[in-house]
This record gives sequence, C-alpha cells and structure tokens, in this order.
Amino acid sequence: MNSYLERLYNGIVKENPTFILMLGMCPTLAVTTSAFNGLGMGLSTMAVLVVSNLLISALRQVIPDKVRIPAYIVIVASLVTIVQLLIQAYIPALYEALGIYIPLIVVNCIILGRAEAYASKNPPMLAVFDGLGMGLGFSIALTCIGFFRELIGAGTVLSGTPFAYSLPEIYEPVSIFVLAPGAFLVLALIIAFLNAMNIQNNGKKKVEGCDGSCGTCGKAETCSDAGKR
Amino acid sequence: MKEMMLILVGAALVNNVVLSQFFGLCPFLGVSKQVKTAASMGGAVIFVITISSAVASLIYDFILVRLHLEYLQTIVFILVIAALVQLVEMFLKKTSPGLYQALGVYLPLITTNCAVLGVVLQNVQKEYTFAEMGWKALLASVVNGFGTAAGFTIAIVIMAGIRERIAYNDIPKPFQGAPIVLLTACLMAIAFFGFSGLI
Repeated sequence: MNSYLERLYNGIVKENPTFILMLGMCPTLAVTTSAFNGLGMGLSTMAVLVVSNLLISALRQVIPDKVRIPAYIVIVASLVTIVQLLIQAYIPALYEALGIYIPLIVVNCIILGRAEAYASKNPPMLAVFDGLGMGLGFSIALTCIGFFRELIGAGTVLSGTPFAYSLPEIYEPVSIFVLAPGAFLVLALIIAFLNAMNIQNNGKKKVEGCDGSCGTCGKAETCSDAGKR
Repeated sequence: MKEMMLILVGAALVNNVVLSQFFGLCPFLGVSKQVKTAASMGGAVIFVITISSAVASLIYDFILVRLHLEYLQTIVFILVIAALVQLVEMFLKKTSPGLYQALGVYLPLITTNCAVLGVVLQNVQKEYTFAEMGWKALLASVVNGFGTAAGFTIAIVIMAGIRERIAYNDIPKPFQGAPIVLLTACLMAIAFFGFSGLI
C-alpha cells in the first residue's frame, strides 16, 4: 500500500509536473484565466493520463520497443478524442472556454513523459496511481494559478461554480492578469515563492541541532552559517 | 494578396504563437539558452510547420471531409506530423547533410512541439477549408503555418538574446532559473501587445 501512497505524494509534491518539472507549460498558461477553467483542464488531463498509463502499462509486454512512441501517441490521441467528445456533450461551457487546448492534450509532455518514464516499466496498478498523483499535482497547480489570475485580473473568486463570489465594486480589476503576460508573471512569482521556501528549509536543515542562536552555540566557530540567522 | 498578407502578419506578430497563445512553450523555455541553437530550432520549426500545414490541409479536405470522419482529426493530424518529421529527417539527411547537421537533435523533438499540432488544428478551426474558400484554402493554410512558425522563431531568438545577457547578471536566489525566464517572457508578451493595433 505504501508504494501507492508514495506515488501520489511524488506526483503532487516531490515531482509536481508544473512547479518542479515544468512540463505541459502550454495548457498551464493558456487556460488558467479562472480557477474553474484550470480545474477543468487539470481533471481532463488527469482522466487521459490515468487511462493512458493503465493501457500502456498493461500493454507494455506487447508493444514492440521500436514503435513504442507512435503506439503511445495513438493511444493518447484516441483517449483525448473521447474526452473531447464527452466534454462537448456534457459540459459545453467548459468546451467553449478550453477550445483548441483540449485536442492539444495529446502533445502535453506530461502524458508521453509518464508513459515513457514510468508506465512502460511498471505494473498497471502502480501506473494508475502514478497517473493519479501526477494528474492531481497538475490540477492543483492549474487551479492555484487560475485562482490568483482570476482574483487579481477579474476580481472574482471561483466564478462558474456554485461558490462564486465577487470582490466589492471598489476593487478595480487589473485586467493584464487574465491576459497573456499575467500568466507568465503569476507562474514566475509562484515558482520564485516555492524556491524561496525551499532555500529557507534547506538552510535550516543544514546544521544539526541548530536553534538559530549562534551566541550560545558551541559549534559557532566552525559553523559555515554562523551569524547568518 | 492583401488577405494573405493580413494572415501572415496576424500569425507572426499580432497573435504570436508563444507570447499570446502559449503554443510551443517547452522549446521556448528549454532551447533558448543560446542564440545559435534557438535559431536552428526556429529554422526546423518553420520547415516542419509549413510542410505539415499543407499536407494536413489536403488530408483534411480530401479524405476526412469526404468520408465524414472529421472527429478523427486529432489522431490523424498527430500521426501525419510524426510521420512527416521522420520523412523530413530522412530527406534532409540524403539531400542536404549540411542543414541536417545544423538542425541536429531538434528535428525529431518537433513532433511534440504543440505549435505544430496547434497550427494545423487552427487552420481547420479558422475554416481555411475547401468548402469555404476553394483552392485558396491551401494557400491560406500554408501562409498561416509559415507566419506562425516565423513568429515562433522571432520570439525564441529574441528570448535567447536576452538570456545570454541575463546569464552574467546578479539575480536574487529564488528567481534564478525558471522564474527569471518567465518574467522575461512576461515583459516580451507586454511588448508584443503593441502589435495588436497593427491590423
């Protein structure tokens, strides 16, 4: 059981496809004009990723090594077409909002990347959980970016869902945040924030038993970080 | 003629693929460390996108529409692109080894560049099809493809030029690596907004 949970943790935190691996950038930036669109894109990608991981892992003994990439692409493209038709039929609003980016899930590097790096070498159940973890990590990242862009750029929270809320009229939306430059800016700031957190955490872990008070610490003379905190 | 010029300028500058539509971001962020490699990548992309828009346009109009299989377009287009990249690679290797050497590893990588599939799908979406425009549709698709690829090349070469200079600057630690590149892209995107008054 532990290895399944480890896969989920790996996808959501350790190897988050958006913030750490920087894969699948094109949908990440294009559709995250609102949290709802981001979540929709994330979940569609997750659906494709889980099923493609399952199929590719199940067929990993059958597919000849030489033609594996075309085979993966055909599997992924078929699944994407199915998802596209389903969204068109049942959630037309999302279909309108995501537009051309739904068929472009085919060339999302996360899907082919996981197929090649994980699903083709591991048993189906593990591959499913890997897809689930990666998909959740991607969905969370997209929803998060969408949330900030929507909040600053349009002055609304979770519009399109039953929990919609608008900021008071006095707030003037900064519309550049829902346009193209805002996407780059928000992602840059989020990654920089995560980097800053990482640097701080790593710094703390460096010296064992350090409580930050160098004056009373016996190791202060040999400590490379002495006086920095 | 005027119509074609409008399509070309619109695709290359006004709706720049990378900076306003976010296609092809992976190579844009990944292979933009040096101007030289960025330019090779751009060249390869122009080559492949122009050819694949023409081929995909013909296949869509004469096979998919005739057989009422439009819903299979995603699968068919991605296979066409993958096959085409292979073909172009073999063709270049035989006929022009110099160019083949210059493009090197970037050629096969283009299959997963979403700009290629994006442009081909957009051509259909914008109704550059025979039912709408007759034979002009083929020209419109090719011009749109070429314009888009030229826009990609412009963006990636400028980005590489900026990154070469950034490399020696003193950047705050959390912003090193991806964030500074994204911030640069953000400023470039704002600059490219200036073109939106052009058409």
